Amino acid sequence: MSDAAFDWMAAANKKAKGKRPEYFDTPQDERMLSILMAVVGEVSVLRERMDTVERLLDAKGTISRDDIESYVPDKDAAYERGVMIREYIYRVMRGPHQMVEELKQAEPPVEEVSRELKEI
Amino acid sequence: MSSDNKLDVAPPYTAVARHGVSPVPSHDEVARFDFLANFNKFLSGALGPGNKLAYDSRVLPKFKKEQGREPKDRFEIRHAMNADPFHQFWSALKRNSMEMRQQNGRAIVLRQIEELNAKARQYNEGRDTLELDPEITIPRYQSAVDIHCMPGSYHGEEYPGDISTGANYDSGLFATTAGGLGALSDGGGQALVEWIKKTRPGWQPRRVLDIGCTIGHNIVPLALAFPECEIIAIDTAAPVLRYAHARAQSLGATNIRFVQANAEDLSRWEDGSFDWVQTTMFLHETSGKALPKILSEGYRVLADDGLMLHLEQPEYHDGMPLFEQFLRDWDAFNNNEPFWSSMHALDMKEEMVAAGFDRGELFETGVRAVVDREIFPEAPTGEDEDHGRAAYWHAYGAWKNSNVVQEAAE
Repeated sequence: MSDAAFDWMAAANKKAKGKRPEYFDTPQDERMLSILMAVVGEVSVLRERMDTVERLLDAKGTISRDDIESYVPDKDAAYERGVMIREYIYRVMRGPHQMVEELKQAEPPVEEVSRELKEI
Repeated sequence: MSSDNKLDVAPPYTAVARHGVSPVPSHDEVARFDFLANFNKFLSGALGPGNKLAYDSRVLPKFKKEQGREPKDRFEIRHAMNADPFHQFWSALKRNSMEMRQQNGRAIVLRQIEELNAKARQYNEGRDTLELDPEITIPRYQSAVDIHCMPGSYHGEEYPGDISTGANYDSGLFATTAGGLGALSDGGGQALVEWIKKTRPGWQPRRVLDIGCTIGHNIVPLALAFPECEIIAIDTAAPVLRYAHARAQSLGATNIRFVQANAEDLSRWEDGSFDWVQTTMFLHETSGKALPKILSEGYRVLADDGLMLHLEQPEYHDGMPLFEQFLRDWDAFNNNEPFWSSMHALDMKEEMVAAGFDRGELFETGVRAVVDREIFPEAPTGEDEDHGRAAYWHAYGAWKNSNVVQEAAE
């Protein structure tokens, strides 16, 4: 090993060999989504950490960083946290999720409804 | 709240069992995998059905209007669907989820790579059950792209001799399958054990060959179920073998010899020297030329009345709707699985016959992951199946010369 510290943070970001598929019209859009999804993930991480702190404070009154790092939820807490993450995902994914509803039922544009309402 | 009206949430990553070379995750690293496990459930469960809706309501009608006919194969559906805004967004989210899983897993492992390498050395050094061969070259079907978008694929190293690739693969299986493979991600291996005990009660194979074993997660349950059996597990990639060996040893599976070898050439093993030759989700990671060679070599080293068994996804038979074939193909084009699409279009029965089996010896069956249902979810199938990764496999098998052996016995 060389004298320089191994930069594991840079190494963790390594790209997989193989051309990345393009989903949107511009490469910028691909990258904006990858940044946004990373942030979406990190907000979930913060919420889970906060939940750990709250649960430990409830149980112990005072806590250390070690308490947080070594916290293991019991079965009930694990389920409640799963529900918390799920609720969060449903909230941030509202737009894409509503696309599914739109596909189930085609609705006329509001302009059209507006014209119709003038007549009734 | 009673157990039967619970929402479908993934188990926490803290429920995953640890072994001797498990990376130790920090609180926030656990939380990253907790997010991804639940996000993958959302993508397949809540969002996934939008693909069929988009197809039925606009992609197929547009195709028929433009072409004046139905799509003739899954590739035409893919090209049409790739232009649909819903499918584009769903695919982009799914691809990001895969990339995040790799980044998150690598960050956990690489942060502690020196400790992990040291742990592995304690299990590996001086043991004759790990046999590496620097002469083995990585075949093009493993090196052309990084399979599963896994940087470095199965053979990459950050330091010479490290195990980061194996540790990353092992830890991330939880996030990708949302816990569907159980506490040690070995639901496939446990399924094999359950299947053989039911199919041939009391059978004691003396020697088993596991081809393309990667981190050995699917062969350890078999080794523990048949402690008297000698198991040879081979792979072309040294980093996963180092990890697999240490992992198996720490779990008490000391009857597996991990050998670096390419299954296209099994010449070091004699004809008929194994009672069982098997692969688990491996053949789709080979190539059109390698697959028949592997089957043929496997046939040669298999003893009479021995079992060949391959766990795979179901093939794209004529009865499978083209839309389902297209969805099952997603990983081929979006998750760096270059042989996936062609392999699942093969007729495995024909391939097995070409390898030497008699048609009458062949069988097909289904094998479902066996995991602790108290903690880990039931494997999704049907509507919610996460095509390509659901914990339910199709098994292609044969008992070599079983008819001849039976007649001789009578």
